[in-house]
Amino acid sequence: MLAYTIYLSFAGALALAFWPKALAKSARVFALLVALAGLGFALAGFIAAAGQGSVALADLAWVPALGIHYTLAADGISRVLVLLTGLAAVAGILFSWYIGDKPGDRANEFFAFFLALIGGVYGVFLSVDLFLLFVFYEIAIVPKYFLIAIWGSTRREYGAMKLALYSFAGSAMVLIGLLAAYAAAGSHTMNLQTLAQYPFPISFQMWAFPLVFTGFAILAGMWPFHTWAPTGHVAAPTAASMLLAGVVMKLGAYGCLRVAMTLFPHGLDPWGWSFLGIDSWRMVFALFAVIGIVYGAAVALVQNDFKFVIGYSSVSHMGLVLLGLLTLTQIGIDGAVLQMFSHGVLAGLLFATVGRIVYERTHTRDLGLLSKLQLGKAMPFAAWLFVIAGMASMGLPGFSGFVAEVQVLIGAWRAFPWFAGVAGVGIVVGIAYTWRAMQRAFFSDTPAVDASGAAIPIPVYEPVTWAEKAGVFLLAGTSLLIGLYPRLLLDQIVPAVQALPHAILTGGH
Amino acid sequence: MNSLNYASLFQLTLPETILEVFSLLILLVDLGFLRKSAQSTRMTAACVLGVIGSLAAAICLVCCPQFTSNTAALVSSPIVVAAQIGILLLTALVLLLSFKARFSRNPGEFVTVVLLATTGMLLVTAARDLLLIFIALELLSLSLYILTAFSKSSAQSAEAALKYCLFGGMSAALMLFGFTYLYGLTGSTNLAEIAASLATQGVTPLLIVALVMVAAGLGFKVAAVPFHLWAPDTYQGAPAPVTALIASGSKVASFAVLVAVTTAVVPAAASSQASSQGASWTVLLLTMAAASILLGNLAALVQTSVRRLLAYSAIAHAGYMLLGIAANTPQSGTAVLYYALTYALTTIGAFGVIAIVERTTGSDNLDAFAGLSRRNPLLAGTMLVFLLSLAGIPPLVGFWAKFNLFAAVLRAPSTTVWGLGFVAAALAASAVSLYYYLQVLKRIYVLKPTNEEPLEVSPLELATLVLITAAVVALGLFPAALASWIPLG
Repeated sequence: MLAYTIYLSFAGALALAFWPKALAKSARVFALLVALAGLGFALAGFIAAAGQGSVALADLAWVPALGIHYTLAADGISRVLVLLTGLAAVAGILFSWYIGDKPGDRANEFFAFFLALIGGVYGVFLSVDLFLLFVFYEIAIVPKYFLIAIWGSTRREYGAMKLALYSFAGSAMVLIGLLAAYAAAGSHTMNLQTLAQYPFPISFQMWAFPLVFTGFAILAGMWPFHTWAPTGHVAAPTAASMLLAGVVMKLGAYGCLRVAMTLFPHGLDPWGWSFLGIDSWRMVFALFAVIGIVYGAAVALVQNDFKFVIGYSSVSHMGLVLLGLLTLTQIGIDGAVLQMFSHGVLAGLLFATVGRIVYERTHTRDLGLLSKLQLGKAMPFAAWLFVIAGMASMGLPGFSGFVAEVQVLIGAWRAFPWFAGVAGVGIVVGIAYTWRAMQRAFFSDTPAVDASGAAIPIPVYEPVTWAEKAGVFLLAGTSLLIGLYPRLLLDQIVPAVQALPHAILTGGH
Repeated sequence: MNSLNYASLFQLTLPETILEVFSLLILLVDLGFLRKSAQSTRMTAACVLGVIGSLAAAICLVCCPQFTSNTAALVSSPIVVAAQIGILLLTALVLLLSFKARFSRNPGEFVTVVLLATTGMLLVTAARDLLLIFIALELLSLSLYILTAFSKSSAQSAEAALKYCLFGGMSAALMLFGFTYLYGLTGSTNLAEIAASLATQGVTPLLIVALVMVAAGLGFKVAAVPFHLWAPDTYQGAPAPVTALIASGSKVASFAVLVAVTTAVVPAAASSQASSQGASWTVLLLTMAAASILLGNLAALVQTSVRRLLAYSAIAHAGYMLLGIAANTPQSGTAVLYYALTYALTTIGAFGVIAIVERTTGSDNLDAFAGLSRRNPLLAGTMLVFLLSLAGIPPLVGFWAKFNLFAAVLRAPSTTVWGLGFVAAALAASAVSLYYYLQVLKRIYVLKPTNEEPLEVSPLELATLVLITAAVVALGLFPAALASWIPLG
């Protein structure tokens, strides 16, 4: 059932690519229906597989001579992320509802690229054959470029090109590692499970692991390769920012866990010597992750562009995901996967609030200018929405972020206590930047007076549309639901993490 | 020495003969019956006959291939036949895209020379004798020089042809020089006998001189650095269908002969003598490969003419294929052939689009492509597929070709020393290459057109381009479809 999410999205993209001009207005309706159907399949597959381990979905010989098979399967981790993708797709289309209002919007192209991207993301989460995974991974890269370059805003061509080149450079690194592993193991198979059994020499793993891990981590926004993320997010149209932060960055983190760590677990082993306490690739990447957490938060604290605040907060939150993975503990990896889901939902919500609901009405994202607009009074819905999303993003109990962050921190405390402490500081800074942005954008006490001292009347903005409301309720509701009852997801995540190769669950001992 | 009699030689060269007959027929029809007809009628008639001729030769190869032993002067084996069929199909596609071309008032002569060039390609692919290789390569080269200059009213075309001819003449002379040394060292012009003789000899300075000269000659044909200087100018100056021909069939044939020569001069035997001898040729190939990959990709970044951009990208692609040739296993040879054929197919499509854009806007500059997606979405879509395939994005065929090639390189026993490093460099460079392909696609999809009018394309051209696009996508989705023809892996 889950496999239909892939086919449906690609079929939808293809249909929209050849969409008749006369029906341009209906393109978004069609896209929404496709995305809803995808979410439906994802949800149905998620529920149907409750309590099961990995579910096989397809296995066909694709290129028998090269040992490449079309193999799809979904374990708990995949199912959770597929569900996230479905949610992000529906929400993204709801917040893109304005595309298609004007004849020059090229709505059918927009939604075609959108659905192609979604199809690629579904594919990555469901692939077992590494080759197939890589194919889907690259399919997901190209549409991003066009989504940002055509429909984006601030420095869109620059942002789009930077993002595409970073992603492609990362995927080239991944491909080098995969090709080397494929050739070293005798070129018989690209099946992840089979290859993971192959005893690659330690020396091989010691260079292949960092290469592949870095390749994927670039897309996860790991410091110091994160610079594409803020510029890309800012340049992207709202729906593309939501997808980028919501699911595409998760592709990177997923690849780190599923490919790099699973295939080359001994690449995580100590080198046998240490420099300033750094004694393995695991420590190197954990250090990068922690720097990302603190650095992203600190930079978000001084941004004046509202979208940059959210963009850097994504870098910070994805640092937590990577830190969780590298703890190599059950609870840490559980938390990391949960954080992927949680951040996917919350980043979508934040970008929607900032990029769509606020920016489309005020036409500015400058916090200094926004502070004079009395948005708290002019746009109470947006203000309350940002309060809720911001609270959730800070990790307030009751929302999904809290459950995830606590687990990551516990795992990190067991594995590397120092890093856990620093990451905790990063989370505190996270509270500060969210608070600052919230205060300046919505609840500023700057007197609303013009140059002559006369009071500026509270501006009147277009009301929030039904599509925006629907998207908001979908995302905020999900975060609240998971925050109140995390077992909905953890019941599937925990067994899947337990079933990971033993070698990557040895942390903290 | 060879026991070929004329009857079997005739059978073996039947496809070439068919091409020759058709080229004469075209001259006859064009200069005899249609002399007073309209220009477009003459072009159509010539192209139709040319397409029929190349398809007939292809059918002849499919239906009754004559296989010979691998030591003959003119070899026919499944893989050679596959390459030849590929070349004939590529020529047919080039001709299908030439119907509307307006660069010449002599359509009969044009198509005749195209078929002669194709004959040269078929012979080059099959030749395993130094003399025969030289003659076939010269037939191919001379035809291409003429074709490059075919746009008589364009100074650029003449300049390109002169440059091409001068470089080509020099490199042919060097290659012939190298061939004579090889003959002197081994006493034979047959590649199989040369291989046998070289396997018993040590490395001598004379052999190295000979190999360097042969490398120069063949490096020119495949446009590998440092013998690439002709490529950008020729790609830019020649009429678009001719550029497509130079970039496609001619490349396939040249790579086929390079594979054959490599197999001969790098003995399979693993004796220390043999390996050190093979090493010198491998080092030559790898140097050319590395330089081509680096220079091709970097120079393409700054081009403003799409034709020059594709010329530099062709140099880079030649570099990737040279890695496969240096690996020197049967699998890597096949992988190179697969790569060359699929690359050629994609390039023909790309030049087809360029020709159409040039005809309406009068320029092949990047800016001439601005807003193409709004002027003709289908045409823009085909270019999207071609360029992404050239960049190696899955699920298009260019990706499979790259994967298959690099996997074959890594798997070869001879590449343990250099394989991973060079493949890594090639993959890193192909990440860079995305930048310049996206430069074109950015114009097509992102920027606004200066002229909003819809761009009209003749149904035949559009159908041909859609056909090529469909092939690029279908081969990408089902890479094993051709497995019985050109095996993967």
